[in-house]
Amino acid sequence: MTTMQTLPRTVTPAPQPPRRRRRAAPGARLWEASPLTYLALVIGSILSVFPIVWSFIIASRDNSAVYEMPPTPGGKLFENIDRMLANEDAAFLYGLVNSAVVSSVVTISVIFFSTLAGFAFAKLRFRGSNALLLVIILTMMVPTQLGIIPLYLMMVELGWTGTLQAVIVPFLVQGFGVFMMRQYAMSAVSDELIEAARLDGCSTWRVYWNVVLPALRPAAAVLGLLTFMQTWNEFLWPFVVLTPDTPTVQYSLKILSSGLYQTDYVALFAGTALATLPLLIVFIIFGRQIIGGIMEGAVKS
Amino acid sequence: MSSAVGAAPPRHAATPPTPEPTHRRRSYRLGRWDIKYSPYLYVAPFFILFGVFGLFPVLYTVYVSLFEYDLLSGTKEYVGLENYRVLLDDAQFWNAAYNTFGMFVLSTVPQLVVALMIANLLNRQMRARTLFRMGILIPNITSVAAVGIIFALIFADRYGLVNWLLGTVGIDPVAWRDNRYASWFAIAFMVDWRWTGYNALIYLGAMQAIPRDLYESASLDGASTWRQFWKITVPLIRPTILFTIIISTIGGLQIFTEPLMYGFGLIRGGASNEFQTLAMYIYERTFTGNFEYGSGAAMSWLLFLMIVVFALINFAMVRRSVKGEQK
Repeated sequence: MTTMQTLPRTVTPAPQPPRRRRRAAPGARLWEASPLTYLALVIGSILSVFPIVWSFIIASRDNSAVYEMPPTPGGKLFENIDRMLANEDAAFLYGLVNSAVVSSVVTISVIFFSTLAGFAFAKLRFRGSNALLLVIILTMMVPTQLGIIPLYLMMVELGWTGTLQAVIVPFLVQGFGVFMMRQYAMSAVSDELIEAARLDGCSTWRVYWNVVLPALRPAAAVLGLLTFMQTWNEFLWPFVVLTPDTPTVQYSLKILSSGLYQTDYVALFAGTALATLPLLIVFIIFGRQIIGGIMEGAVKS
Repeated sequence: MSSAVGAAPPRHAATPPTPEPTHRRRSYRLGRWDIKYSPYLYVAPFFILFGVFGLFPVLYTVYVSLFEYDLLSGTKEYVGLENYRVLLDDAQFWNAAYNTFGMFVLSTVPQLVVALMIANLLNRQMRARTLFRMGILIPNITSVAAVGIIFALIFADRYGLVNWLLGTVGIDPVAWRDNRYASWFAIAFMVDWRWTGYNALIYLGAMQAIPRDLYESASLDGASTWRQFWKITVPLIRPTILFTIIISTIGGLQIFTEPLMYGFGLIRGGASNEFQTLAMYIYERTFTGNFEYGSGAAMSWLLFLMIVVFALINFAMVRRSVKGEQK
């Protein structure tokens, strides 16, 4: 982001900057929030946050006090986490590491292929580009989850069941990402800049790498955050194709929540707390960017 | 970030070396090839990977659904439409379809209506704007598995939070799993909790693109805020509403993880399948017991058709009703 600001000439400002400045319109009284608005939003926020806070509270209690009302925190959080991690069937730590690896690889790949294709669609002229872009938009509507049976049979053929590549490779590209990068590249990269780079003898690849990619960085970061969270939270496919020996963190949670361990609620909730914590941290740091990304997607699609 | 600041200027300042004259012809030909064909190279990875791991499996599902797989011998036998015929006679299939549809309606309608209201509230000048936006989006970042576990305890039959709250106002505890409609409600609540804020932000993004003077002239004409909301806001963000409806239909009809975790990770979804969805039944038929790939594939394809039909119906209904409002 900082590099963008050092090059004001080269990058036209995005039409919808993520941080919207207030409009100081004179007739703005109509748009001021009333106390009732605040009240409704406070209630909404409390409803949103409460289940998460409550789950952390349960995670800190003793098993005998799970059901005690009202919910007040206990002092056993670390004990519960230790006991949960000691559960070998759930392999929770291993699941956390696996999820981190899978989510990181998928995120980097989605960013790379999305910026590459998005750049081509936004700035390069080639026959059939409009039709191909339409196909990409349509792929967003395909419920790919319904293809899991052939996909599973494919993984069996490849011998990939129970391995991490089985949950990585099918997610390496994303229609939404290509579309989002294309929309951003349209406005964030000026044609003159690309022409200038070409006159200097840049190949298309160097134009992408040295000119387009730096300009796309803010949008690519948002895409990366959304992709990382989505992959981290993926459940059905890992559940189908992985085995309890090689779980992702969500699979570990499933193992913790069923069977014998169902009765150890506080350990289970220590698990949900640990599984949520990484994303919570990401959200608190980058919340503004994530919100901007979701809202911009609406305007442009 | 600070290291990026230090590293960035030289990278951008470096101009690529000018091609030497002796290589000019070669690089000219290379350049033409580059301009003409490299775009295809850049978009190809998406189409290849999506084609192999996204589109092909969905289409191949039709082929798989025409066979009966035998687990022991590892062979398959062509049976035509037999898998479909068996399914249409299968009470558990219809039960799952009923549950899926019920939960879908119960979750999608309130979710989008409330999201619209929240977006309207957020579309004002206020203090702590980002904080409120983060507040309503936070459920969306929690994992579905964790949400399922947490709400399973909130809606626990004995000692659950909701039953405790009901008890304090003198209402008898609800059987949140044995009563089919209570279980639908709890699962729909879970879905709404996770997705309402997300949809609200999408709507908010669209609302902020509406020019404000439209509202100013409307209020000069004496239109109430409620009227402005229905006559200006809703018609103008119609494309966004359609988009969220399609996305919710695709996601909502495939619901799997929430009911699974709500039933303590058991695929049967309640003692007598009170809240087993189609996606769960597909999993049960395909990946447990006899591994009936053919039957599971047939069900997947039926679910696919259901999604297409519902998406089209919703699309048509909303388009017509909102158009009517506009006139």
